[in-house]
Amino acid sequence: MMNFTVPDFEVERNPARCISCGACVRQCSYGVHYFDEDGKTVLADESKCVACHRCAVMCPTRAIKIKDYEMAYKTHHNWTPQTQKEIVKQAQTGGVLLSGMSNNKPYPIYWDKILLNASQVTNPSIDPLREPMEIRTFLGRKPKKLEFDENGKLKTRLEPQIQLETPIMFSAMSFGSISFNAQKSLAMAAKELGTLFNTGEGGLHPGLAAYKDYAVVQVASGRFGVHKDYLEGSRFIEIKIGQGAKPGIGGHLPGEKVTVEVSNARMIPEGSDAISPAPHHDIYSIEDLRQLIWSLKEATQYKKPVAVKIAAVHNCSAIVSGVARAGADIIVMDGFRGGTGAAPTRIRDNVGIPIELALAAVDQRLRDESIRNTVSLVAAGSFRNSADIVKAIALGADAVYVASAPLIAMGCHMCQQCHTGKCNWGIATQRPELVKRLNPEIMHERVVNLIHAWNHEMKEMLGGMGLNSIDSLRGNRLMLRGIGLTDRELEILGIAHAGQ
Amino acid sequence: MILTAGRRSFRELNAEIRAALETENTVRVEDVNGQRYMGAAMDKGKTLEIHGTPGNDMAAYLNGGTIEVFGNGQEAIGNTMGGGSVTVHGHVGDTLGYAMRDGEIFVEKRAGSRAGIHMKEFEQMQPVVVVGGIVGAFLGEYMAGGTLIVLGLENPYHQPLVGAHCATGMHGGRIFLRGAFPKENISEHISVLALDEKDRADLERHVRTYCARFGADFAKIMDAPFHKLVPTTSRPYANLYTPN
Repeated sequence: MMNFTVPDFEVERNPARCISCGACVRQCSYGVHYFDEDGKTVLADESKCVACHRCAVMCPTRAIKIKDYEMAYKTHHNWTPQTQKEIVKQAQTGGVLLSGMSNNKPYPIYWDKILLNASQVTNPSIDPLREPMEIRTFLGRKPKKLEFDENGKLKTRLEPQIQLETPIMFSAMSFGSISFNAQKSLAMAAKELGTLFNTGEGGLHPGLAAYKDYAVVQVASGRFGVHKDYLEGSRFIEIKIGQGAKPGIGGHLPGEKVTVEVSNARMIPEGSDAISPAPHHDIYSIEDLRQLIWSLKEATQYKKPVAVKIAAVHNCSAIVSGVARAGADIIVMDGFRGGTGAAPTRIRDNVGIPIELALAAVDQRLRDESIRNTVSLVAAGSFRNSADIVKAIALGADAVYVASAPLIAMGCHMCQQCHTGKCNWGIATQRPELVKRLNPEIMHERVVNLIHAWNHEMKEMLGGMGLNSIDSLRGNRLMLRGIGLTDRELEILGIAHAGQ
Repeated sequence: MILTAGRRSFRELNAEIRAALETENTVRVEDVNGQRYMGAAMDKGKTLEIHGTPGNDMAAYLNGGTIEVFGNGQEAIGNTMGGGSVTVHGHVGDTLGYAMRDGEIFVEKRAGSRAGIHMKEFEQMQPVVVVGGIVGAFLGEYMAGGTLIVLGLENPYHQPLVGAHCATGMHGGRIFLRGAFPKENISEHISVLALDEKDRADLERHVRTYCARFGADFAKIMDAPFHKLVPTTSRPYANLYTPN
């Protein structure tokens, strides 16, 4: 069928620089670059280009530039070129539009409308280079009060706690959605940083057994790879109800990505679809969720916290209250900017709410109900830098999950084509020739560097506020001020406006 | 060793059972009154004999152990079961064998809705569920592997062998149905076939086990037509999406 659209991108090759070495031809899994019949001239089929920049980065002479394909459309603010292109794709295929990564629409980013405080004169700021600064974080159910005997020994029995050396964990990304090497890089980084990575619903690859003490394992509706050793080997167990990129939509790993290795980890036949529908067909109520939570606690003899992950949606405070009462020890909320390996475009871009608002509302609700201590809150859904994380903790998060940022550290250029399985950076692919481009020994160091830098930045921001422990920042909304927000937005965030 | 459940909490009872199984290979529990999670994640070589009515999620994540129930079971028996054997001398509730990956479940009488949903198989792990009576709706929903057998014995009111939406989203494994069943209850993308030689041999093996456990008449059970349900594709949603 005739394609009615023009390409998204233009490949500009500087003939004065190009030495016809063919690096770009070898690097591009999308088949953009190719040699002409003379075997020397390099040409490009730019209709296939996704702007992942692999060719431009690898070109030894910097001969390649990827540009937006310039094409004038008669001005129309409603029927934008993107809108028209999506209609054409659906007219050609009859398919549901599928995208990777996260919501790319220009919704408000509340992190950019919240400002942090700093100490001046009184309660002086603290210099983290000279003084100890505590960012160690504990996740798990906390007691309402502590009791001690006459010798000062703790009498209260504590529920299992997870000790993290930073409030930053790596979000769920299954082996299948990302490559083994990408997952191994995160596992290695988690170990080095004293934090955790998350297996997603893809099972734990035997090659990562050495990192199981740094693994959060997921249990979702498909139960892929879930068995006794998987549960017992983990640091904690996470029941996945929803995901910010696609609330109300399940997981679906297409058969072509279920390679021998993926099939081993998930314990399903090679090449079959791995379908994990949104509804757990054994959960229709908070009581049913309670049953699953306690079944996992029984199976692991109450040695591990059980987390429940939900997408941030309209009624999330009431939902989280129910989940806390169902016995969850940790609740993960994933905002509408959370990433994914594949989601229907319309869902990704239109369903759910910002994590900033959800987090503030949920923290307040749990405080109002005097059950905030019964759960740890983990916020997820696009933390771009350390300031976003500091603001999230001040809004009430105990810790955060990050995924896109460490992927960018490993080479991701946010081309949003994870669902094609052709990732030139070796991240969102199962093709051996692409996976081997990502060396875990090197890439995990880049992730470690990133989180070390963020840790230090967080300490500087804490010190600036006159705080020497991240615990003093948790839910401390006095450290936040809004800028350019309405009264209603400030009310939901529970913060004053700048100048107040 | 014999334990008594009575009206104690599941947490207390299961801790006691686990402690007993540290030293014993077989534990008998009497007067069970709906206590949940009995035998959860129990290992190979361990046997639990339950008298009374065990509660929900019995045999969840079962790891090779053997459980025999003298009485009816409730919901979610064998949830995410990884191996072992469950025998219920009676009826069971909904979501029997959810996402079960290996092992066997034999139910003497009826099962509720959603039996065998998300059942999986992997190499040598070939789970099997045999229900002696009839089953409710959504049998084998999203089934991805293994074998489900419904015999429809003792059905005096001639209720349908399988309820509505049978095998919705099924993309692997096989279901054997004995006798007549309402065609309209079988979902799209499902083929109804005759049993081949291997199917017949597997069926007979499982029915013999059923007869041995519940004292049923093998010849009488096999003297009825059997049909096999299989998915027409292992990729039911292959053409649903368009890359954007």
